[in-house]
Amino acid sequence: MNPATVQELIWAGVLVALAAFWPMMSNGYWLGIGVDVMMYTALATSWMLFSGPTHYISLASAAFFGVGGFVVGSGMSDYDASFWSMLALSAVIGGVLAALIGLATLRLSGVYFVIFTLGLAEMIRNLVSWVQNNFLGSRGLYVLTEFTDAHLYWMLLLTAGCVYLLGWIISRSRLGFALRIIGGDETVARHVGINTAMAKVILFTTTGVFGAIVGAIIAPRWSYIEPNQVFSPQLSFFVVIMALLGGSGRLWGPVVGVIPFLLIWNWVDSNFPNQSILVLGVAFLVIVYFLPHGFVGRIEQLRARARGR
Amino acid sequence: MYRRSLFGLAAALAVAGTSLFAQDMIKIGAIAPKTGPLAGGAVVTQWPNVRLWVEEVNARGGLDVGGEMKMLELIEYDDKTNPGEHIKLAQRLATQDKVDFVVAPYGTGFNIATAPIYGKFGYPMIAVSAITDKMEELTTRYPNLFFTLGTTTAFVDGVKEILIEQRDAGEIGNEIAMVNVADAFGIELADRARELFGEAGFDIVYDKSYPLGTPDLSPVMKGAKESGAKAFVAWSYPPDSFGLAEQAIIEDLDVKLYYSAVATSFPAFKGAYGNKINNVLGAGGTNVDNPAIAAYRKAHMDITGKVADYWASANTYASLQILEQAIVGAATLDREVVTQYIKDNSFETVMGELSFTNNFSNTFWSVGQWQDGVFRGVKGSNVIGAVPVRAKTGWSD
Repeated sequence: MNPATVQELIWAGVLVALAAFWPMMSNGYWLGIGVDVMMYTALATSWMLFSGPTHYISLASAAFFGVGGFVVGSGMSDYDASFWSMLALSAVIGGVLAALIGLATLRLSGVYFVIFTLGLAEMIRNLVSWVQNNFLGSRGLYVLTEFTDAHLYWMLLLTAGCVYLLGWIISRSRLGFALRIIGGDETVARHVGINTAMAKVILFTTTGVFGAIVGAIIAPRWSYIEPNQVFSPQLSFFVVIMALLGGSGRLWGPVVGVIPFLLIWNWVDSNFPNQSILVLGVAFLVIVYFLPHGFVGRIEQLRARARGR
Repeated sequence: MYRRSLFGLAAALAVAGTSLFAQDMIKIGAIAPKTGPLAGGAVVTQWPNVRLWVEEVNARGGLDVGGEMKMLELIEYDDKTNPGEHIKLAQRLATQDKVDFVVAPYGTGFNIATAPIYGKFGYPMIAVSAITDKMEELTTRYPNLFFTLGTTTAFVDGVKEILIEQRDAGEIGNEIAMVNVADAFGIELADRARELFGEAGFDIVYDKSYPLGTPDLSPVMKGAKESGAKAFVAWSYPPDSFGLAEQAIIEDLDVKLYYSAVATSFPAFKGAYGNKINNVLGAGGTNVDNPAIAAYRKAHMDITGKVADYWASANTYASLQILEQAIVGAATLDREVVTQYIKDNSFETVMGELSFTNNFSNTFWSVGQWQDGVFRGVKGSNVIGAVPVRAKTGWSD
């Protein structure tokens, strides 16, 4: 992953500003898709912060997303807390959780890390259910607010913007440089004196924080939180596929992956309802065979070719 | 998910020989799980009734809306047991397909999650498979949402009444073994039960939860057996209601009262365990001797090829009858007028005469019991035909 340029940041700012008008131009179905696009953009970009430079494939998105939804649900229905305080709390809990997990597991590498993160969401779901059952008790986790899809869309857009900005800053910092070296060769990174564990934990923590924030923002949309739904493993796979489809070389990669993927997904879903899972598989094949570096890689390749001419 | 049922249209074309245009149809949207964790329940309780209703109405020539007969066109989607997906599809129904009315979703969470969306477009939602204690707050917030299957408290109350009766009859003592699935609904019911059973002087000597989807319920049942309680209550979901019964049979659980919540009323429950589960209590119930119910169950079997379940199937069909009668009664497809009509009138359904007070219909079964191959209602609210509870006597055929 190369450091992001100032030009990129300006473009991103313009895009965010334009995207903010979407709820005024659409409603109903297309606004709903817009919410999905923003949700996955935020999740995939924050996934990219960590997995892009380090090449650690994390399937833990659902774990943090679920924690965010659950904290909001539990806080608002059991303790009459406000949405905003719970949003803040979920960010803290998501961060702490990610840091603890990072400290314990980032020494794992390759497939061991992937498998561990896949099990993580399931483990946390059970843990959360156990805590709720034995200590909290519940009359159902209701998240009743006055938010409309437009409000949620803007909140998610803001979150996605923040993730991008943070990623931009990191990629230009010493930390970003260190991460790129880790991604290139971790042994070399250690030998040149980089505290690889610390760098990885910091990045993994930011992923956790943003995952939980997105989960918290989506909670009012679902209104009623059930652990087995917010901790759905499908979400983790979606995030990874969209990020890889976009390409992990650039911070803006996920955006170009999320939009086409969701459009195709929804089109297939409404026309060939029983075949929608097929889209996942096809996307995987396309990535492996045709777009190993995602759309981003292909775009840059074409650009380089155009320049060479 | 996306299938337009046009059999009615075809029939009408054959008979009348006239062409029907889209505006002569009433578009009905239905979204419920066909895949995912709740699909097992929805394909038993929800989907067959939607099809049965559409087919019956169209076979009658459609609905009389202000003197004009209109056929039903069904547009159905699978929400994959995912609330986000359901919300998106609901928006699609309203803004792309432009359906006239909707069938309320399957599952408590789904009805609550979609109430704002359906409310925004003015659809009346006559929820069936949704049980909550927050009814008042929810219906105030979403005046288009109607509840027909009872409250959490009513469900626990039904079980409590039976426990008290059986204690008075000397069948059971004060000790209860209680287990619950550690998921939203199970936790909620267990929480309420601890309060209500405690108030009634019962002692929950064994109180255990297990995670959703646990494959091995043997330790749970062994613990219940060791507790020595003569009453066993499980606030369970479909997969574990079956798993618990299986373990109870294996362990030969020595109780006089055995209750498991959701799915005990499914025909498949008896299909799996035959007469071993005779006198098992469960959530729901129905009165098969009622001629209206008997006729409904026969039509269900004839048209869908499936046995109706002994609980919410009839309520689901009744909710569609309410919608049908409200459209005909209001003589318009104007959703606001139809919603108001539902609030102001009473309806003749398979569940008897139903009406709403503060959007809540207080006619439902809460507890039923397998008695000689039929799951009969034993406790309920404003229902006729409750039979006396029998004590459980062993697990042999």
